[in-house]
Amino acid sequence: MADMYSGGSTSAIASSAPERGKGGSADAISISAAEVTRRLAAWISPHRGFLVLASVSSIATVILQLWVPIIVGSAIDQLIRLVQGAEAALLPTLAQLSLVVLLASATQWLASWSTNKLTYLVTRDLRDASHAKVANLPLSYIDTHSQGDLLSRVVNDVDQLGDGLQQGLTQFLTGMVTIIGTLCFMFYMSIPMGLVVALATPLSIIVASAITKYASSSFSKQQGYQGQLGGYAEEMVSNQELITAFAHKDAIIEQFEAINEKLRVVGERAQFASSLSNPSTRLVNNFIYALVAGLGCICVLTGVPSVLTIGQVQSFLSYANQYMKPFNAISAVVTQVQTAYASARRVFDLLDAKEIKPDPVDAEAIQNPQGTIEFDDVAFSYDSKHPLLNHISFRAEPGQKIALVGPTGCGKTTLINLLLRFYSIDSGAIYVDGHNTQKLTRASLREQFGMVLQDTWLFKGTIKENIRYAKPDATDEEIIAAAQKAQAHEFIQQLSQGYDTMVGESGGSLSQGQQQLLCIARVMLANPPILLLDEATSSIDTRTEQLVQKAFDTIMNGRTSLVVAHRLSTIQGADCILVLKDGSILERGTHDELLAKGGFYAKLYESQFEGTNA
Amino acid sequence: MGELLSRFVWPKYSPKSFVALLCKGVEVIGDLLTPLIIARMIDLGIHGANMYDIIRYGILLVVIAIVGFSFTLVCQKIASIVSQRTGTDLRNELFKKIQELSSADISALGTDTLVTRLINDVNQVQVTVALGIRQLVRWPILAAGSIIATLMLDTQLGMVFLLATVLVAAIFFFVARKSTALFTELQKRLDTVSLYMRQMLSGIRVIRAFRHESEEKEQFSEAVLAQTETATDAANYSALLNPATFLVMYLGIAATLWLAAPQITAGTLSQGTVVALVSYMTSALLAIGYVANLVIIITRGTASATRVMEVLNTRPVLSDKGNRQINLTESDFTGTAVAFKDASLVYDGGGEPALSGINLMLQAGQTLGIIGGTGSGKSSFAALIPRLFDTETGSVSVFGNNVKAYTFEQLRALIGFVPQHTSLVSGTIRTNLCWKNPNATDEELWTALEVAQAADFVREKPDQLDSIVERGGKNFSGGQRQRLTIARALVGSPRIVILDDAASALDFATDAHLRAALRKLSATTTSIIISQRVAAVMQADKILVLDHGKQVGLGTHKELLATCPLYKEICLSQLRPEEVE
Repeated sequence: MADMYSGGSTSAIASSAPERGKGGSADAISISAAEVTRRLAAWISPHRGFLVLASVSSIATVILQLWVPIIVGSAIDQLIRLVQGAEAALLPTLAQLSLVVLLASATQWLASWSTNKLTYLVTRDLRDASHAKVANLPLSYIDTHSQGDLLSRVVNDVDQLGDGLQQGLTQFLTGMVTIIGTLCFMFYMSIPMGLVVALATPLSIIVASAITKYASSSFSKQQGYQGQLGGYAEEMVSNQELITAFAHKDAIIEQFEAINEKLRVVGERAQFASSLSNPSTRLVNNFIYALVAGLGCICVLTGVPSVLTIGQVQSFLSYANQYMKPFNAISAVVTQVQTAYASARRVFDLLDAKEIKPDPVDAEAIQNPQGTIEFDDVAFSYDSKHPLLNHISFRAEPGQKIALVGPTGCGKTTLINLLLRFYSIDSGAIYVDGHNTQKLTRASLREQFGMVLQDTWLFKGTIKENIRYAKPDATDEEIIAAAQKAQAHEFIQQLSQGYDTMVGESGGSLSQGQQQLLCIARVMLANPPILLLDEATSSIDTRTEQLVQKAFDTIMNGRTSLVVAHRLSTIQGADCILVLKDGSILERGTHDELLAKGGFYAKLYESQFEGTNA
Repeated sequence: MGELLSRFVWPKYSPKSFVALLCKGVEVIGDLLTPLIIARMIDLGIHGANMYDIIRYGILLVVIAIVGFSFTLVCQKIASIVSQRTGTDLRNELFKKIQELSSADISALGTDTLVTRLINDVNQVQVTVALGIRQLVRWPILAAGSIIATLMLDTQLGMVFLLATVLVAAIFFFVARKSTALFTELQKRLDTVSLYMRQMLSGIRVIRAFRHESEEKEQFSEAVLAQTETATDAANYSALLNPATFLVMYLGIAATLWLAAPQITAGTLSQGTVVALVSYMTSALLAIGYVANLVIIITRGTASATRVMEVLNTRPVLSDKGNRQINLTESDFTGTAVAFKDASLVYDGGGEPALSGINLMLQAGQTLGIIGGTGSGKSSFAALIPRLFDTETGSVSVFGNNVKAYTFEQLRALIGFVPQHTSLVSGTIRTNLCWKNPNATDEELWTALEVAQAADFVREKPDQLDSIVERGGKNFSGGQRQRLTIARALVGSPRIVILDDAASALDFATDAHLRAALRKLSATTTSIIISQRVAAVMQADKILVLDHGKQVGLGTHKELLATCPLYKEICLSQLRPEEVE
């Protein structure tokens, strides 16, 4: 199973950081609607050409479409007056009708085309920007936010925003123009008849908005339960294998069904509420229709309150028929626009997150890498209430092997976070090759290190691509050589597609140890001056580990290394072992020195053989 | 979509849906009558100069509107009930199905897409069902009714109308075909976008350490661009529908008027009828707009339904159908606990067997140690006992019965399994421990925690057994998670306990205490300990040595030192020389 992607790949390092921002809560985000509009406008602005085109062609479409009933009406009037044999008199009117219809179709398509173009360009920009944003966020932000939440902002929220933008633009714009246009055309034909329809307008708006209000409160409840259900399902699907092994599924299913039932109850309500809007407005519409028909006929018959022809009554009926459409459309789109605004808030909130400070202009780069590391009285905490590391001072000379030992949670892995500047230290200083790391460019600093983390990270791609990650211009020969040094070559060759085997996400059937070997091969290829091994060998069996160790010994020759490991056998040859406990260095020295001292390390060392003597 | 409807909607909701469609039909009939009433208003009212008729027909229009509205309300209510219940049923079935599938099935479907199918696709189906009930009758019948009405009013004009409709239908067909393909493609591309984003979040440290930010960005931008292009194409095709139908229908009206002219002048067609004809055409035009929208929604819904049905139709590779509870007596529990007979395992897709030629017998109460290199098949061995996979050849028996003869429930109740990867789920410590036995007493839980060396840190928590466990057990350290996972396997007095490299995150002292405690478990509890540390398995009654899926040694520590070179090599690398001799 693709456990490596179960969402917590970096959790070993991150787990000590307190979870502050809980995923999915947009409540805390306070960006006013006006602000959202203003910022959306800024994102639209680079593509405003399409907006102008969309607006112009929408307006043209509406006017042309509203003109059509008038032409049809006058054609009918002409028909009625026609004398036998003079039917050709109808031709110019029909030609005009055809032309207007043709134009209206063309502009309507143009309007959709430009709206689509605009929408998708904006969503593309937003996605790119969000991605770029995440790339520049401090790890403290990423570690404290749910990955699912961040993902959903970039994928789902941007989608919602796009839908809202597209629908909003189309429906809002054409809707407003249709309403105004219809009124104008009607008043032009007959002021009293126009007034009748215009006075009925508020009624329709009231009906539409009341229903929308009623529906939206049910909808937000529905979304809440849906989120809950999705979260539960995701967790249980990712643990499916274990649940199977425990024959635990019945209990899980029962709970799922309970949440699902709650969702059904609010879902039915929400669905019904939202389905009221069309028939209700249709009802209002039909009243207006009856009124127009009755009054229209009276006009034709009596000339009071206004003189009308039968063709004009026909035009009025057409208008009355279409008149409610924009109200429907606008009220339907209001919810969508609201959702889009909520999504926009979440996206903008991400885009507003504070980025890592860029490297200062005078930041240095390491020219001739030596591989010295020095910690000078370093203190660090993930949150100010709980200091994690205190008074950490040590020095690694080029080529030395420093081992970090200590109980879980003592801050060993945090040192790696600090060395690579994933997190900033609270006080003290860290030097690499005599440079204060804060004054180096991050690129130059990170170039010095090769790291193998406890949790492996492979992306979806071939094995070759995954190894090549360390050095994009590496030749196949270099990749194979690195894999050989990492003892990965043997198992890779046994795979049916060798180096072209797909790994990662769902295609990965590699064992944890094999995944780790690939990550080691990656570092082998990068060939950095300093190695950081974070319990790198914990899931490789001892036999393989020995071979890897041998390879590491070769690569470590002349290189500095910092090893975090539980297995004491791997670090016995270290130049210095640092024993960390409760955030500070408790003991330091070589393996023999520490054993002779009979302290914490000695006890730890003895305990690994306890089982064999029992 | 059809299969989904016939399985999930038809059997349970067909009477209700029928009533709903009928109600909708009443409203549509009212709508279809309206132009005829108006024609009468014109012909009788205006030409007969009869004010009374005009008012009478006006009132009739209002009555029809009210009746139509009332019937529609019934329909909308039923639509919401049927659609939401169908969705609820689907979600339940899907979730159940997912829990029945084996891991091989799940990875074939794609773990990442399962939740999407469960939530988003079912939602889409729900919307489609609701709209189907509400609109599938209304708009097509309105359109068809308008055509029939025109045919009845005048055959020749009706034919023009029919022709126009056929043309529009052709346009629909074309657009639907194009856009279905594009929407499927779009979903794939969106999946790629979220894959890249997810990878970036999970691998942020590695990416930064390798200074790959700009490559990631480039790759993401390419994926987004591809997705954008497909989305634009799909939208542009859909956008053809409205203008094309508008064009066809009004050209049809123009043709109708042209053809109607001689009949009007000849007096064979009344003015009211012409108005009614045009009315029918405009209302059909409106209806067809809605049908277009409906087509798009049904297209999406069908794509979603296919994705949902794909999961529901996945036949689990493993099945316990037809198996009955096996009567096990105490004497069964003292015989052979686990036996492998020439067992081999080949994972889905073939290739090299992950295990082959495994033969062993383990007495109840004994401890089996398994040791071997990476990819040697240790975890595969463990997975065969609770039947997470089936053997390719040979057999696996538990307490004298082939595992294939058990119901899953019974077999797995016998086994306490601790996986390599710790996995806690959100809830409390108690809910995480009670997987096997929902009614376990506090005492039982504490005993399991004691053995798993987890009692100390649980006791320190203010809420003890009811302490909150966050998603993935994130609020516990790796070692704590592992110990809780072990404790979970011990609740419910399993007959066989399997620990798959389950102590890797524990320090040596804790690990040693754990093993000592496990040894003290009841004499009838059989333990299988998989480890890479010799120290963890050397005390076992039997040790199985695996290498590349093959059994290369089986025996006690002493025997293996003498007979198995690989075992000796492993020992030499881990133990003090005096212990190997």
